[in-house]
Amino acid sequence: MTSRFSFGNGAALLQRLGSVIGLLLLIIALSVLSPDFLNAGNLLTVLRQVSINALIAFGMTFVILAGGIDLSVGAILAFTGAITAGVMAAGHGMALAIGVGLGLGLLLGVINGVLVSWGRVAPFIATLGTMTLLRGLTLSYTQGQPIGVSNSSFALLGDGYIAHLIPNPVVWMFLVFVICAFLLRGTVFGRHVFALGGNEEAARLSGVRINAMKLGVYGLSGLLSAFAGIVLTSRLYSAQATAGSGYELDAIAAVVLGGTSLAGGRGWLFGTLVGALLIGFLNNGLNLLGVSSFYQQVVKGAVILIAVLLDRRK
Amino acid sequence: MNKLGFLAVSTLTLLAAACSNQGPTDAASTPAAASTSPAPAASNKTIGLALSTQNNPFFVALKNGAQKEAAADGYTLTVVDAQDDPAKQISSVEDLIQKKVSVILLNPTDSSALAGAVKEANDAHIPVITLDRSVDGAQVVAHIASDNVVGGSEAAKFLIKALNNKGNVIELQGVPGTSAARDRGQGFDDEIKTSGLKIIAQQPANFDRAQGLSVTENLLQAHPDVQAIFAQNDEMALGAVRALDGAKRANVLVVGFDGTPDGIQAVKDGKIAAIVAQQPDMIGQLGVKNAKSVIDGEKVEAKIAVPLKLVTKDNAQ
Repeated sequence: MTSRFSFGNGAALLQRLGSVIGLLLLIIALSVLSPDFLNAGNLLTVLRQVSINALIAFGMTFVILAGGIDLSVGAILAFTGAITAGVMAAGHGMALAIGVGLGLGLLLGVINGVLVSWGRVAPFIATLGTMTLLRGLTLSYTQGQPIGVSNSSFALLGDGYIAHLIPNPVVWMFLVFVICAFLLRGTVFGRHVFALGGNEEAARLSGVRINAMKLGVYGLSGLLSAFAGIVLTSRLYSAQATAGSGYELDAIAAVVLGGTSLAGGRGWLFGTLVGALLIGFLNNGLNLLGVSSFYQQVVKGAVILIAVLLDRRK
Repeated sequence: MNKLGFLAVSTLTLLAAACSNQGPTDAASTPAAASTSPAPAASNKTIGLALSTQNNPFFVALKNGAQKEAAADGYTLTVVDAQDDPAKQISSVEDLIQKKVSVILLNPTDSSALAGAVKEANDAHIPVITLDRSVDGAQVVAHIASDNVVGGSEAAKFLIKALNNKGNVIELQGVPGTSAARDRGQGFDDEIKTSGLKIIAQQPANFDRAQGLSVTENLLQAHPDVQAIFAQNDEMALGAVRALDGAKRANVLVVGFDGTPDGIQAVKDGKIAAIVAQQPDMIGQLGVKNAKSVIDGEKVEAKIAVPLKLVTKDNAQ
């Protein structure tokens, strides 16, 4: 549980602030390079662009902190998005549709947790399995076609604004961030997440209910993926059969860029938000600069590699 | 991560920015823009192109056509790529809006998901022209695509002539409900109806080569007396060729649609009799041409059909 208190340690603090300093440097660099970058409109646009990834990455942070990994987040997003749109297409109201979607996401996450805990399957394999299974279910449910959504109040979830200025997905992102940060820092559950990832055996001996904890973290990841799926469905006015392909990797990249250790037990949620923003600003800035999308991938890959290399050195 | 790491990141960003002026993909547009028009006014000489994917030769050809046309007049073309993800495409359209391009050429990943992005562009007073696929529920100044109905009837005319207006045809259909499948089928069926040919079977094989193979195998069993197969895309046509090979029915004429490299090769090899080829480079070229007209305040046609080309062994290259 040292990680909880290492924040007071000067060197660790500096290391953590590294991602924040990095983000600031990137923002300064892009402001100098592109005249279109630094204005409220563009910054809000980027915040909205990163919101889906950030929502997923917050859940992923819990899973990674607890020493696991969740590859099924993109598939859960697609499946729950399709079901939510399907419930509305069948003539039901928006509240029921969202409830079904969120409930399904939680359930799918808990199934991951059961496979990983009682099933003793390695998280990588367990969630790879559920990812593939859910991709197949989504394609067969949608028949490969988008499911349109015509409910106009549902469209506000992802497409509306607060005070004609702040996009709703940005509001969801910050709300969920606050709730998750409290969960991680202010509750027994959060302390046990760190303990589990730091040393599972030690955590077990000190009375942490390992299996129940795993259900909790994977369940939370599933729930947040479903929420991201609902917001995305709203933003696209439709559920797409192949939505969220590769989102698991974007989420993992955000967590790692934020300074959370892939080995578990060490990290922070704010870093994940910063990591998601880094990816978002990089995407946005490279587009504004007119960099070919081929090079964009090279840059993003290099950034992730550097981050992981630095993480190894710690 | 520490400071050092992010210095590296910033350097990489700068490097990438530098690459963008020299990279092979931009080579067509940038040098010309740089040499012929010193410091072009960014606000009226920049066109954005939002592609659905570059992981498909069709859209790469479209992009190349657009770049060539832009370079010819010293326009800057900013290309963004959505990697077939509609959410990513909304983001990249937003980036083009922030970049204040004059016109956005949008090649949507999907007809149903991009209406919001088009509205955002319109709110920012940036006109949008859609390429190849249209967008439902949003206002665009023009839509540029191949005329699939005409293409379907071209395919029918070829078969009517090749079979001397007599014989039975099988039609392999694309994904039901897509505009390409609908329009190609309509053009073909209408033309055949007024001729001496007869469509004895129609079945979807979903634009897929493997399904084209199995559907053709089944249909050949059920309808041995067949002289030609029309497939609504090249992939299904190539599947049909495999089925005909397996059944030793080399005399059945196959007609495809699209003009993919594999398809054209099969025409050269004599496996496919003809292909109604789309001209993606011309879609890109016409996109930029019309964007220029919009910038100059001229009126453009709301619907622009790009001509198709019948490729046979005589003109395949």
